Amino acid sequence: MKEIINLPVSNIEEEEYHINMGPQHPSTHGVLRLLVSLQGEMVRSLKPHCGYIHRGIEKMCEKDTYPQVIHLTDRIDYLSAHINNHAVCLLVEKALEVDVPERVRYIRTIMDELARIQSHQLWWSSFGMDLGGLTCFFYGLRDREMILDIWEETTGSRFLQSYNCPGGVMQDIHPNFQKKVHAFLKTFKKKIKDYDRILSGNVIFENRSQGVGILSKEDAISYGVTGPSGRGSGWSCDVRKTEPYSMYGKVQFNEVLRYECDTYSRYMVRMQEMHESMNIIEQLIDNIPEGEHSAKMKAVIKLPAGEYFQRVESARGELGLFVVSDGNKTPYRMKFRTPSFSNLSVLDHISRGMKIADLVAIGASLDLVIPDIDR
Amino acid sequence: MTFNIYDFTSFNRWIDEGLNSFMSPTWALITEMAIIGIVFLLFYAVVGLFLVYAERKVCAFMQNRVGPNRVGPYGIFQTIADFIKLLMKELVYIKDSDKLLFNLAPFIVIIASFMALSAVPFAKGLHAIDFDIGILYVIAVSSLGVVGILLAGWSSNNKYSLIGAMRSGAQIVSYELSVGLSLLTIIVLAGTMQFSEIVEMQRNGWFIFKGHIPAIIAFIVFLVASTAETNRGPFDLAEAESELTAGFHTEYSGIKFAFFFLAEYMNMFLVASIAATVFWGGWMPFHVSGWAGFNTIMDYIPPFIWYIGKTAFIIWLMMLFKWTFPRLRIDQLLTLEWKYLLPINLVNILFMAFLVLMHWHF
Repeated sequence: MKEIINLPVSNIEEEEYHINMGPQHPSTHGVLRLLVSLQGEMVRSLKPHCGYIHRGIEKMCEKDTYPQVIHLTDRIDYLSAHINNHAVCLLVEKALEVDVPERVRYIRTIMDELARIQSHQLWWSSFGMDLGGLTCFFYGLRDREMILDIWEETTGSRFLQSYNCPGGVMQDIHPNFQKKVHAFLKTFKKKIKDYDRILSGNVIFENRSQGVGILSKEDAISYGVTGPSGRGSGWSCDVRKTEPYSMYGKVQFNEVLRYECDTYSRYMVRMQEMHESMNIIEQLIDNIPEGEHSAKMKAVIKLPAGEYFQRVESARGELGLFVVSDGNKTPYRMKFRTPSFSNLSVLDHISRGMKIADLVAIGASLDLVIPDIDR
Repeated sequence: MTFNIYDFTSFNRWIDEGLNSFMSPTWALITEMAIIGIVFLLFYAVVGLFLVYAERKVCAFMQNRVGPNRVGPYGIFQTIADFIKLLMKELVYIKDSDKLLFNLAPFIVIIASFMALSAVPFAKGLHAIDFDIGILYVIAVSSLGVVGILLAGWSSNNKYSLIGAMRSGAQIVSYELSVGLSLLTIIVLAGTMQFSEIVEMQRNGWFIFKGHIPAIIAFIVFLVASTAETNRGPFDLAEAESELTAGFHTEYSGIKFAFFFLAEYMNMFLVASIAATVFWGGWMPFHVSGWAGFNTIMDYIPPFIWYIGKTAFIIWLMMLFKWTFPRLRIDQLLTLEWKYLLPINLVNILFMAFLVLMHWHF
């Protein structure tokens, strides 16, 4: 609090002044506050102030049982809720050495990829909106609706599904699931061409994003910028490839890498990832094996005393989950390594010397989800 | 009196003579001014409200939405309801703001667009002031608006507003040049700055067809530059909502905000009117020289309809590219003007002058 009151006194000689972007600001997509120091329109430096939506999820986890923890992980990064659930389930199953049925692996992988697509769709929408193309926002949300409908039918919820549970999934997939996913893939393959037409190939967009916010591969590694943002700098950091879990070891897909290191390359990585995700779903959707939708688990789940770590590739990057268990039904300590937090840390470094408008574009290209930063 | 929708001259003379018959010429002139003022105010409000509605419908069309459809048939009363809401809203005063300038700014913006509108010929004889320097007057008066925007940004005591206002200042001052030069291209062709004569000269072919390639280039440059001058997307840097929340009018509420809002739409209407008048013949029907029968049929459509149709088409074009393109950055905006549009314009004027000298135009 002291730091917030004692703002650095602006140096009149250098004509530097400060503005607060946020906590309520259209381009921060939530309650993130950036204290930006400017010279004219140029960003001299910026300081993120987090904690406006801190809910103490890590502490809350310490008094909740493992099945209850899953419901909290939805709220960390609400756009990749399935993937967060998946991480907890994988960790519990690894600790208890439970072998989940093949059907569950298929369903979880498909759900993860659907989550990735809808997250990237929403990212694309808001990216366009941040650059001033409001039409993009409606295109993205229109197509995202189909995925939400699929989820509503199978999981009973559109946004925070909590569909995974230790040992499997809550209930079996809806009979219409495969048909609807096929319909979605067919539609979206056409619609994604519109995305390219309205934004990717647009000369204004290319000028706004190319050469803006250069993040070198070394910086990406040292700041821990993972996910599509890191891969836009040419860092091969996809957990699905380096440590395959569920079905990722068995399906064919490419890790999208680009080497321009700028906003445009981070944009193109995400656009390409949507194609790759559709490719993964296509390989799995017709081959879901018959069987149980959940393994047999004890009524009370107790992890043996020890330390466990599990990481998964969420839509924003690497989600790490570290648990210390003392043998009780609740974890002794639970720590989330969330991708947005690390990605935010690089914002100051890459936006220095850029314009305010560039800062908005860079912030959008990092795809920050604020509850994921604050937890 | 012969009221004729094809020619308002006799109607105007009838009003003038009627007023002069029972009052002194001075009072008659004052009464005429008052009538014109009231008619313009009504026109201003109606067009403003309609344009807001049209923008929302066009934007909805572009974005796969329905748009306003609840208040009245097809939602046509939506903007009126919005306007009533804005009228009733509280006017928020900002601490440490410059009260006088803060209150003055919206009026300057709206007066500038109001004054410029008075020089536009709507139909034959339907014309408030017919200056012999009409185009110069419009350029001079419409650029007053930037003073209002700068004052709004400065007096709001808000850094976002100030950045928006400064951007707007740089932008409007730069693009004024292109607007002026592209109109100058047509003045070279027409040989006059008087709007009524410019329209009359397009009787046997609009300037965009008469002036060959230079006129088409001038029209495109005018369209781009005037979009920038009215602060509309993709050049809406002054209010860039994702960067500066709302730019220069962040701190305004209620009717003062409505003034800025209305002025933006009226400026759009104004530049579309001028583009229609200078390049597309204004209220002049579409004529092809030699096709007497065709020309007679075209003459049956009232001039006012021609004028509104052309203006509406240009407004529609401007709306389409607002809802398609993302926003430029301030340095790219200035680069576009000083490195591309201005040189193109200067060469274009030379080209046009050469064309006129050699009598190669139609």
